[in-house]
Amino acid sequence: MRLCAGVLGLLLSLAALAIDPLPFRDQAEEDRFRSLAAELRCVMCQNQSLADSDAMIAQDLRREVFDLMRQGKSNAEIKLFLSERYTEFVLYDPPLDASTVLLWFGPLGFLIAGGIALAVIVRRRSAGLKDAKIVPDEEW
Amino acid sequence: MIQRLLPLIGFLLLATLLGAGIWLAKVRDPNAIPSPLIGKTAPAFELPALHEPGRTVRSQELLGGAYLLNVFGSWCPGCRDEHPVVTQLAKSGALPVIGFNWKDEREDALRWLARFGDPYALIVVDFEGRTAIDFGVYGAPESFLIGADGIVLYKHIGPLQWDDVEREILPRLAAANAANAATNVPTNAPATAPANAPASAP
Repeated sequence: MRLCAGVLGLLLSLAALAIDPLPFRDQAEEDRFRSLAAELRCVMCQNQSLADSDAMIAQDLRREVFDLMRQGKSNAEIKLFLSERYTEFVLYDPPLDASTVLLWFGPLGFLIAGGIALAVIVRRRSAGLKDAKIVPDEEW
Repeated sequence: MIQRLLPLIGFLLLATLLGAGIWLAKVRDPNAIPSPLIGKTAPAFELPALHEPGRTVRSQELLGGAYLLNVFGSWCPGCRDEHPVVTQLAKSGALPVIGFNWKDEREDALRWLARFGDPYALIVVDFEGRTAIDFGVYGAPESFLIGADGIVLYKHIGPLQWDDVEREILPRLAAANAANAATNVPTNAPATAPANAPASAP
């Protein structure tokens, strides 16, 4: 049990290490940094956010994001800075434009297509039922 | 009849979709991020030269001839893999290869070059990795083909193979050189020959 707690503690401290010690002025700045880093995708290990990744480039990019914050850049400006260099790929919340229409509305399209298919099937079945003889006292 | 075929049609559509996904992943690396810099001016930089620590290389100095900017580090196994290809390209004299030593210790880089050979016309050092961010570098090795006018013509991500050189780099280089020659010839035909010479010299 004590061993388990030790292992858990070790794992937690490793997870915390992914964010390098940056000299945050206050809690608000740290919170802003963390939420921004969570919205950015690591370019090297692409299923992780910038906040979670241990890759070398992720550390450099976190430092860059921090420096840009210190220069008084807004979140939007920082995202633009990164997407100018690494494309919109780095944004977990990509803007709506011609290349991302499918990404944004594809799921809705699937939902509508499924809904139409479902409606057609239900219509047909109920039409079939009307023709069938209804036995009033059928026991289930 | 059509009702009966519906599941088959559905299956075929799904199979096509999944097959297309596999095919796409085969023809291009799904993890490679296409560079937004292609067709744009390469970022300006001022970086120290590896072999002459006191010297600062400005990107403007490199204009006037096409070159390949090869991002490497002694810590990078892929760089070792591609090194023979980079060496062969540099030795072919097609264009100078400029090394971009990324996040590396100077001694390590020098030892690496002593061991595997130094084909580079010049090596600039980005110890902090700031210029690399401007270039959109995210993992070594990466190579940028930069035209005489400083425009990024092509970016290769991952270890270069000779096939990539022949298929991607040399044709683009030839096209760029031809375009340059075409624009320069009408104005001062005799004077362009020496001016263009460094572009093709090793």
